[in-house]
Amino acid sequence: MVRLLTHNLLACHVKGCTSNNFPLQFQNVQIELREADFNADFLKNFLPKLEWKALVDSAKDLGDTSLPLEQPEMLDDEFLKNLHHVLLEIHVEEGSMTCPNCKHSYPISNGIPNMLLAEHEIG
Amino acid sequence: MSRPELQAPPEIYYGDTEAKKYTKNTRNQQIQADMTYRALELLNLPPDEPAFLLDIGCGSGLSGEILDEEGYLWAGVDIAPSMLEVALEREVEGDLFLQDIGQGFGFRPGSFDGAISISVLQWLLNAETSHPTSSPPHRLNRFFTTLHSALRNPSRAVFQFYPSSDDQIQLITSIAQKAGFGGGVVVDYPNSNKARKVFLCLYVGGGGGQQQQIPQGLDGDVVEDGKVRFEKRRARDLRKDKNGKRKSQKVIDRDWILRKKELYRKRGKESVPRDSKFTGRKRKPVF
Ligand SMILES: C[S@@+](CC[C@H](N)C(=O)[O-])C[C@H]1O[C@@H](n2cnc3c(N)ncnc32)[C@H](O)[C@@H]1O
Ligand SMILES: [Zn+2]
Repeated sequence: MVRLLTHNLLACHVKGCTSNNFPLQFQNVQIELREADFNADFLKNFLPKLEWKALVDSAKDLGDTSLPLEQPEMLDDEFLKNLHHVLLEIHVEEGSMTCPNCKHSYPISNGIPNMLLAEHEIG
Repeated sequence: MSRPELQAPPEIYYGDTEAKKYTKNTRNQQIQADMTYRALELLNLPPDEPAFLLDIGCGSGLSGEILDEEGYLWAGVDIAPSMLEVALEREVEGDLFLQDIGQGFGFRPGSFDGAISISVLQWLLNAETSHPTSSPPHRLNRFFTTLHSALRNPSRAVFQFYPSSDDQIQLITSIAQKAGFGGGVVVDYPNSNKARKVFLCLYVGGGGGQQQQIPQGLDGDVVEDGKVRFEKRRARDLRKDKNGKRKSQKVIDRDWILRKKELYRKRGKESVPRDSKFTGRKRKPVF
């Protein structure tokens, strides 16, 4: 059930991995689309938390190119609908997420990323 | 029997059998739900504003289901695969992560508008190995430091937990303070053996809201069997049978899911997924 909503908030947390550790790169993913409740207020509140470029790139990796390269100033309905779909309706079920810096790979199984670290990776 | 956290590591203690037993027990469901409502009350989120929350030690989703019902979006982390598997079966709506909170979080600064944690923190007080990173103070420090940065400023994190001594409360609060949190401990029903509940209320920045003091614990109004009446508890969601008793809810079946969807539709949520032949289907085991 990892969605871009949380993927966009997630950096690598391996010991000493503090720069260039975001966004985690999806690999060998299987996705599922599931409808979610549309809530424009939620989306507007959430926008400031997003790293826009990472969102656009990760969405592209998952096969969705509906988002504009630059975050628009005007939030029209069509934009919000697309944002809603990208953040909340694309579920990554299988695959992995790899840190661009230290290359640690977080496996995803049945929608749940395994964030556990080995002893030597704990900060 | 000694306390669960003294018996085995959490991911072992909450194995398949215990995870199912824990989740099916209707009295336990009730207790966890009540404490979740109380935690939300103490979280003091701005009313009518959508929020994104973190459920720390979300387990099988008994606390997360309340977040769903209250219309919050959330992410949940837990170390026990069997508990997460039950959460998947129950189709909770949060994004779930297999994670040991004692290893800290990787969430970017300001990710969450608040965090709750129901019956979890006592698990961080036991060392599992002799490795330095597994000492309780080290793990608590890692946990609170990374949590503090993952929370928005201002905001709060509310933990219901079962300390076994004042020293434990002291240890936890002092490490939380060093990590940058303000706030303190709220004890509900301090004079009742059964109803007594300890909540650690941590603030980032002023904690949000006008009132920056630690809220008052509840007192009085304890019914005989030790259950307490929380102020705003479940008022909207109570389903009672003819005798005015709570119905046991949340049996994991298709009916339950359909009821839940119906509830959402009534609340005017748009686009609740249509019922399909897949509704309530068994999913593959997780691991
Ligand atoms: C009593 S259950 C509570 C679950 C849920 N919050 C509820 O209200 O039903 C405690 C949970 O804490 C989890 N837990 C214990 N230690 C943990 C750790 N170090 N990291 C993540 N989760 C942990 C356990 O796996 C278990 O699911
Ligand atoms: Zn890394």
